[in-house]
Amino acid sequence: MIQAGSPTKSAEPILAVSQLSKQYGSVTAVDQVSFAVAAHEILGLLGPNGAGKTTTINMILGVLEPTSGAILIDGFDLARRRRQALGRTNFAAVYAPLPGNLTVAQNLRVFGLLYAIPGLRGRIETVLAEFDLLRFRNTKCGVLSSGEQTRVALAKAMLNQPRLLLLDEPTASLDPATAREIRAEIRHFADRTDVGVLWTSHNMVEVTEVCHRVLFLSHGRILLEGDPRTLPAGQGRDTLEDLFVAVAREPLTIRTDRED
Amino acid sequence: MPPSLRRVAALLLRQFYLLRSSPTRIVPLFSWVAIDIILWGFITRYLNSVSHARFSFVPAMLGAVLLWDFMARVMQGITTAFLEDVWSRNFLNLFASPLSVSEYLGGLILSSIGTSTIGLAVMVLLATVVFGLSFFVYGVTLAAFVLVLFLFGISLGIFGSALVLRFGPAAEWFIWPIPAFISPLACVFYPLSTLPVWMQWLSRLIPPSYVFEGMRHVLAHRGVATAQLAIGSALALGYLLLMARAFTSVYRHAVRTGLIARYSAESLT
Repeated sequence: MIQAGSPTKSAEPILAVSQLSKQYGSVTAVDQVSFAVAAHEILGLLGPNGAGKTTTINMILGVLEPTSGAILIDGFDLARRRRQALGRTNFAAVYAPLPGNLTVAQNLRVFGLLYAIPGLRGRIETVLAEFDLLRFRNTKCGVLSSGEQTRVALAKAMLNQPRLLLLDEPTASLDPATAREIRAEIRHFADRTDVGVLWTSHNMVEVTEVCHRVLFLSHGRILLEGDPRTLPAGQGRDTLEDLFVAVAREPLTIRTDRED
Repeated sequence: MPPSLRRVAALLLRQFYLLRSSPTRIVPLFSWVAIDIILWGFITRYLNSVSHARFSFVPAMLGAVLLWDFMARVMQGITTAFLEDVWSRNFLNLFASPLSVSEYLGGLILSSIGTSTIGLAVMVLLATVVFGLSFFVYGVTLAAFVLVLFLFGISLGIFGSALVLRFGPAAEWFIWPIPAFISPLACVFYPLSTLPVWMQWLSRLIPPSYVFEGMRHVLAHRGVATAQLAIGSALALGYLLLMARAFTSVYRHAVRTGLIARYSAESLT
């Protein structure tokens, strides 16, 4: 099993989210959230359905405008320098598959051009090999299994060697063996490059294995923050899953010592 | 190649891949316009044989149909390329990339130039070879006619795309009747003076009416209506800027409300 060690901290965070809020009429989806992701760090964003995880990720991806707050990606303010910020970002999510009517190689070529990747041909070969997709190069994405489609989405997410990688339940549709390989691949990527990873998952074993640090979101606010291996004990719970259930069902019983 | 051009090229390449692998996408590029030219070709032949008019209906009617269909093809070239992203639920992937709205529209426009050129080539071939249409009768003003209709076709395509972006995938059915809705005011087959006065005012707001009035002016050997064509060109350019702005505004609304990320929901209420 891979175990997350301490990330090497650099002076500037890769992602700095400050006082981020999103209001839909009278509903507050995300409420004054602040956090940072350092280079080489994998930060888990946890919380029950509707806690505000995907809303937060959508705001970081620039497809949802925050009501207030700021997002800095690799030092670029997303609101003012969108192109520079998003050029250093990429993502994979189960709800955003690549177009099924293009082949794997065609999709990677199209998205490689969108991200203006130098040496695109070679880069495509590299990610095809890394994600075991060489034999699917000329297969339309729409006929791949959901696990294979996830690997294509991850290959696209790695294509521009992003500084910030957003992964929304990246292993949700993968079999345990492939999921383990993918986790190892992403850990390896985080260790050897100056990337910061924001990872959401409902698999607490996976989170404990992969993430250096986790944030628990509940009702749009950050309730807890800490090391996934020590945080449960600090809250009087046996496992991270027990802590997750407590956050989901009884958020008021959680001791919140985090200062935004 | 500058990054901005690469992003535009990405959209073109995507469209090329789709066309190359799909006869169902290629056939409509020329089939409907070919049928239109054949139908109107025979209608003009018949009219020539029974009317004993001192002019040929071929350049007046078949030429008009050809130009009108060209404009509709330009519009559909934009909307079809846009709808590919709707059908494949690709907005999140696209707009979470460094792609800007202007680059996206640029890609749609270039795609449309490619696809509408195929339709235009087939129409020209049929109209000239089968029905003897000669473009020399329009003179150099033909270039101005084509330009005005091209610009207005792009505007209509962007307008249709903005409608779908704003109201969701089901609004696709708003797009297809747009040319038919405009055609009575465009005066494709009859002079502006045929319309009641209030419709003439509306017609003067639509660039194609200047093209078809100008075309009849040329065919009647009354020279080139330069001022009218200039107004038509200025209007077409104005519509293009207006629609590009409208699309940007709809996109911003979609980003503000979160519709881009949840596009299949059509609305957030």
